[in-house]
Amino acid sequence: MKTLRDADVGSTVTVVRLHGEGALKRHIMDMGITKGCQIYVRKVAPLGDPVEITVRGYELSLRKSDAESIEIA
Amino acid sequence: MSLTIALAGNPNSGKTTLFNKLTGANQRVGNWPGVTIDKKTGKVRGHDIEVVDLPGIYSLSPYSPEELVSRNYLLKETPDAIINIVDATNLERNLFLTLQILDLGIPTVVALNMMDQVEKLGDRVDVGKLSKELGCPVVPISAIKNQGIQDLIERIEKAGGSGEVPEPVLFDGDMEGLIAEARDALGSKVPADRSRFYAVKLVENDHQICTEFASEKESIAASVSEVERKRDDEIDSIVADSRYNRISDIVGDCVKRAPRDERGTLSDRIDRVVTSRIWGIPIFLGVLAVVFLGIIGFAWGDFEVVGIGTWCTDWLNGFIEDPIQSTVADWCADNGVSDAMTGLLVDGIIGGVGAVIGFLPQMLILFLALCILEDIGYMSRIAFVMDRVFRHFGLSGKSLIPVLVGTGCGVPGIMASRTIESERDRRITAMTTTFIPCGAKLPVIAMLTSAVFGGNGLVAVGCYVMGIICILISGIILKKFRSLSGAATPFIMELPPYHIPSASNIVKGTLDRGWAFVKKAGTIILLACILIWFLSNFTWGLEFNGGETGNSILASIGEVLMYVFMPLGWGDNWELTVGSITGLIAKENIVGTFGTLFGVEAGENGEGLEAVLGSMLSTASGWSFLAFNLICAPCFAAIGAMHRELGSWKDTGIAVAYQCILAYCVGLVLYGILGCVGGWNTVVIDGVTVDNGVPIGSTIAAIVVIAAFVYILWAKDPFRQLAGRDEYDAEDEVKA
Repeated sequence: MKTLRDADVGSTVTVVRLHGEGALKRHIMDMGITKGCQIYVRKVAPLGDPVEITVRGYELSLRKSDAESIEIA
Repeated sequence: MSLTIALAGNPNSGKTTLFNKLTGANQRVGNWPGVTIDKKTGKVRGHDIEVVDLPGIYSLSPYSPEELVSRNYLLKETPDAIINIVDATNLERNLFLTLQILDLGIPTVVALNMMDQVEKLGDRVDVGKLSKELGCPVVPISAIKNQGIQDLIERIEKAGGSGEVPEPVLFDGDMEGLIAEARDALGSKVPADRSRFYAVKLVENDHQICTEFASEKESIAASVSEVERKRDDEIDSIVADSRYNRISDIVGDCVKRAPRDERGTLSDRIDRVVTSRIWGIPIFLGVLAVVFLGIIGFAWGDFEVVGIGTWCTDWLNGFIEDPIQSTVADWCADNGVSDAMTGLLVDGIIGGVGAVIGFLPQMLILFLALCILEDIGYMSRIAFVMDRVFRHFGLSGKSLIPVLVGTGCGVPGIMASRTIESERDRRITAMTTTFIPCGAKLPVIAMLTSAVFGGNGLVAVGCYVMGIICILISGIILKKFRSLSGAATPFIMELPPYHIPSASNIVKGTLDRGWAFVKKAGTIILLACILIWFLSNFTWGLEFNGGETGNSILASIGEVLMYVFMPLGWGDNWELTVGSITGLIAKENIVGTFGTLFGVEAGENGEGLEAVLGSMLSTASGWSFLAFNLICAPCFAAIGAMHRELGSWKDTGIAVAYQCILAYCVGLVLYGILGCVGGWNTVVIDGVTVDNGVPIGSTIAAIVVIAAFVYILWAKDPFRQLAGRDEYDAEDEVKA
């Protein structure tokens, strides 16, 4: 399974499925990361974590450990 | 007819600006019942409309206190109409909340904000079409440029007056089938207007509504799993997907995007440098250096920069001394006012309060700088850049924002901890934010720096570093207590585009905070100064001692308490103890108290004060005095703010006790260890240098304390609190 954590900086990926549950999953969905949407991986923070992505036309940052629950293709 | 209107929208959608534009100065700030979130209400000028500002939220799910407050208000107190403010440059994500609001069956007007930016980008939004698709009025506005506000007020008045409920935006066939089934199951158990909202939430497994209507949930379970099987996904994802799919369709129909500049917007280009791998951290440190050294000033050998804040403060202090104090003293002498009364007026009130007010320019400039950083959108970048460091200590980058605001004043700093979603991180941040020197501690640092440390500018830097270290190690220590333990929580944060700050927002933010400080000076600090003056100028027999503080009430209290602080190297100087006690009322009081006690002008550069302090404190004990006073319990105002965040006096008491114990330990360690360095435990009495030698008892105690801390930091369960506790689960967090 490939997750957002594994995506290279500068690549555009498509969300296949969200794993995890409860508040984390809900929060990820509320912020616009849902099945089929495109995510552009913009950059990684200076110390290697978190990552910054573009989703639905705006910038969002999330930790690699949270990005792990987002399955991509 | 009087109307109550709720203002709802995403964070960073310009909600505060619109609220200010709608209500002007007619604002009241209170608290939502049961939680520590500001409830702002205000009247629209010239209209009988009351606006309730809901907290900024992304969704109406029940996971954060902000969302719960908003949803309970909308469901239970039912405003006459809702203004849903939407950022037109970020339509898709903003409409996710809009669709949920439209389900509520309350008259709604969508305020399409930031239309000026949309035009600048060359995009076109078909407002008429959008209004038709959403089934409610849509008004294009620019809150920052004051465009479209009158139109918005007219539309909301009409919507609220007519009570016309918006048409809900429908999902696809499968989903609508489920929703219809849920509505049937709920029947008349929910208000008819609200039934679509309840039904959708019941379908999407909203834990609050599913608990309330467990049997209804049961009755639609078969149909739900049917849809889940068909779409090979879980129902909560399916609902969110359907909602976003509808939004994509709507946005596709109504928005024509102009081709974007290949290099990205200006904001993108700035961000590429500001948060880049190479420049991110240097720029952060540079910004901090410019802000703080620019305000406080800096000296290194012959090189000296006078900070703007310090310069203004020095001027104001001089002005208070002469003409204000001198004029009043002369007037008293000419008019035969008694010595006691003259002392109270000149030294007690003007000297004490003046020492504090003199510091106001410095604080205003600091507040101004912080407001600008907040408004241009740099604060969230700081959290992004520094998260990795804080995560290592079990906190998140968001904990840094309260700390930075706390450098101005601990009260807004503690309040800023509200932006942290994780309950546990929020509590720890509220308990530790005041370790960073706030604006009011700067005069204390400045006084000690010039009196004991020979004006070395690095002392102030050292104080900030000490504060950060205390916050980080507290992050580890506090998580070893049962009530604050658990695994790390998610860090998901929007990075809004940079924008040019709005002058009115910044001025308002700065003046609000400044005014709060003046009010404090005029009330608590004034009373404290009078009390301290009384206690230090009268004996137990209530006789005026004519300025001979040695036989005063205060002296005898301090003479008892000073034994507690002897291991910290404060010696038999009861004034130091008394100063620390009055610091509880307000930290800047330490300077004011010394001013009153030593009978000299209390300004930061009062030379008499320096000589007296220099005879009491060495380099080592100076550090222990600074450490104790910077880290121990903050002023009463900040303790009050902590109580609001922590929710009970018991927890507040524990927090204050923790702060005092940590402060005492740090003071002891600094004195015990620094005292071993040759020449660092010497004081100058009347020009003669006296060496107090190595404080052997304190050094041994310091080593014991260090060993204890090392054990606590590395041991898994030092307080026997965590054994048998289950691993963290998300539900636990919600219940807390």
